[in-house]
Amino acid sequence: MTRFRAAAGALALAVVGALALTSCAASAPAGSTPDASTPTAAPSEESTLVVYSGRDEKLVAPLIETFEAESGITVDVRYAGSTELAAQLLEEGERTPAQVFLSQDSGSLGALAAAGRLSTLPKEVTSAVPAAYTSTDGSWVGLTGRARVIAYDSQAYTADQVPGDVWELLKPEWNGKVAIAPSNASFQAFVTAMRVDEGEDRAREWLTGLVANGAKIYAKNGEILEAVNTGAVGVGLINHYYWARSEQDPTTLRAQLKFGDPGSISALVNVTGAGILTGAENSTAAQKLVQYLVSNDAQTYFAEQTYEYPLVAGVPSPAGVPPLSELGGPDVDLSNLSSVTETAALITSVGLL
Amino acid sequence: MGTPVLLCVAALIAAAVAAPLVQLVLRVAAGDAATITAVILRPRTLDLLLTTVTLTAAVAGGALVLGVATAWALSAVALPLRALWRIVACLPLAVPSFVAAFAWTSAIPGLSGPVPLAIVLVLATAPYVTVPTMAAFARVDHAVMDAARSLGHSPVRAFLSTMLPQVMPAALAGTLLVALYTLSDFGAPALLRVDTLTTGIYAQFTGGLDRSLSAAMALVLAALALLCVAAEALARRRASRGRPTASAPRAPMRPGRRIGALLMLGLGAVAAASVLLPPAALLVRVPSAGRYAADASELAGAALSTVGVGAAAAVLTVAASLPIAWLAARHRTRVVAVVESVTYLGHAIPGLVVALALVALTLAIAPGAYQGLAALLAAYVILFLPKAVGSSRAAIAAVSPALDDAARTLGDGPWRLWWRLSLPAAAPGVLAGGVLVMVSAMKELPATLMLRPIGFDTLATELWGMTSLGAHGAAALPALLLIAVGIVPAAAMARSLETRKVPR
Repeated sequence: MTRFRAAAGALALAVVGALALTSCAASAPAGSTPDASTPTAAPSEESTLVVYSGRDEKLVAPLIETFEAESGITVDVRYAGSTELAAQLLEEGERTPAQVFLSQDSGSLGALAAAGRLSTLPKEVTSAVPAAYTSTDGSWVGLTGRARVIAYDSQAYTADQVPGDVWELLKPEWNGKVAIAPSNASFQAFVTAMRVDEGEDRAREWLTGLVANGAKIYAKNGEILEAVNTGAVGVGLINHYYWARSEQDPTTLRAQLKFGDPGSISALVNVTGAGILTGAENSTAAQKLVQYLVSNDAQTYFAEQTYEYPLVAGVPSPAGVPPLSELGGPDVDLSNLSSVTETAALITSVGLL
Repeated sequence: MGTPVLLCVAALIAAAVAAPLVQLVLRVAAGDAATITAVILRPRTLDLLLTTVTLTAAVAGGALVLGVATAWALSAVALPLRALWRIVACLPLAVPSFVAAFAWTSAIPGLSGPVPLAIVLVLATAPYVTVPTMAAFARVDHAVMDAARSLGHSPVRAFLSTMLPQVMPAALAGTLLVALYTLSDFGAPALLRVDTLTTGIYAQFTGGLDRSLSAAMALVLAALALLCVAAEALARRRASRGRPTASAPRAPMRPGRRIGALLMLGLGAVAAASVLLPPAALLVRVPSAGRYAADASELAGAALSTVGVGAAAAVLTVAASLPIAWLAARHRTRVVAVVESVTYLGHAIPGLVVALALVALTLAIAPGAYQGLAALLAAYVILFLPKAVGSSRAAIAAVSPALDDAARTLGDGPWRLWWRLSLPAAAPGVLAGGVLVMVSAMKELPATLMLRPIGFDTLATELWGMTSLGAHGAAALPALLLIAVGIVPAAAMARSLETRKVPR
């Protein structure tokens, strides 16, 4: 009996200890859990900021840390997929704890803007970036560019054998050799661009063609690159920087990149971007962060650390990939890519989601 | 003893467990009927359903055979190093299926498809069958076997007709857990690129903005899981006719040298594939972490968080399971049976769907708890309650009711009596349930991804984040740590099995 008492006591201690530990580990968010009564009432200096990031923690966290050190503002970031966070923000509505949304693609931002969830950004923020790479109504600002590319297994193919046109991938010789990530925001943004640029029917034709040609489905771009790099699959549709910032020196990788034919949809350059949620439009901390993201420092960080194309003029391009100006992206208005719901419905209807 | 009070408490817990499913149904009902019907009836959903059913049947069957065979070998045969083998048989519980899948794909690049997935899942889930079946073998009545042998049946036939039926209820209960695990597993199918209902729901959930579609697909999955629960109950009722009367434990048989070697070889091969290979493959990968290698403090923090939430979840879940388990063991009325089967819902609905419902529920009911630790722990309790209820029920049922009566004659009040006598006697089994919950919570991925407080990382979320970056080298270390933190509870469970056998 006493033995049992002792065990019960130990158990109770364990719980208390465990809870203490976890609350320690989560202490940062605990302090910043949104106080539902006073979300953004005071336009004065806030000391904390909640950000939802559709961009990976490893890529963004160092930049956020620099911002925290420079501004004295504590930033709590929730990391997940861009589409997923957009859906979550729509679900949370006015109750969202988030003030800023960083997105991996313009589509998720556009969908939030269309739902009236983004506030208008200050002119000095949006004007920092060329009009082609940002929203027309000032609801979000483009931060970096990423080219859609075809990663290929260099042990199986030479660069010349790999098509620069995604339509070529529907040919029989590519049967069962193409990897795609239909639930990923970047793939969806590409499909949206194709719908906008070439029309609904062509986009459907391309998707059904991929399915008929035995395209292999992956959950993430990173997995596709890994599959190409191990020779598990011949080619894969990803963004350029997955390759450029891989764990090892990318030029030594078995996976190499083919950029799309200039001027065609295959050469699409999509952007990552940031928006301030409605309800936080008066938050100076939120504005400071977005302003910081289009600063020279932040843009240089993106070019050097994540190998994305900086959008602010005068910041050098990333190493190892052709400059933005040579890519010849198609004439697609990126703020026109907000119809992600329709894209998801199309991808669902062809059976890829 | 205060049965009505307990029943109220149990009913409240069951209601809380059912809340996510209710929310899910309401959400689907509120959506556009035409779109939802189209999503449920389209070829892709049917494809996913077929894959899921086939996979679940294969894994459940495989785990049943492997689990019963292992349990038999470890219970009835006097093998060298038996105690060690028993612990090794429990250790796969420490290797989450997605970590195993990740390790196998590291070892064999490009590995994918339903057959490797089924193998990985059988290896990972067999202990769910092995552990209860081993306990059942310890209690079997050998007299029937002897009788069958004396009637001239061959040993194999006698075993199949007399011993197997006695351990079948326990084995089937374990197989149900295997089936439900397979249905709701997300990480392993995703890594081995097999589209199941769960990964399909996740893709629809992360890739589509209309969440009533993923909810509709989730209903299909929940229905399938409930079907498994019903089928197991039916099979168990059939199998458990005639309760075994405990006979004196019998000394395990001494195998011939050749058979002994063969058994050792088989056990060794399974152990190598399920327990040794994954960490080895991960270790090989660690040096290639390169620029995304996680720093030590980050990993240490994630490990602490993992153990912390795991322990907290275990204690809360066991506490919630006790009233239900006690009623189910001692006062099995129709109402209690309903309450008990409702607690199985948590296991039937995948973690992702529970999380999805909890997001909506906390926003509507308790916005303060949104993205708090409480919501995450609530999800764990809902998801893992069946494990605790199952163990606690069996443990309490094994305590003789005569103990209660005896104590009552000594004048103890019912609660005091329960606290002083019944609970301590049942404690090892109850604790084993808690350990099972802890292990499960520590490796949970989809619900943790959605509900965790901002900035809160567990080893599982760290690992997932690395694989999504394509940083497979950097993912190896959190994967190894995840196995490491699971080994102690898994071994503890194996030990508790050993001690439970010894009458004190």
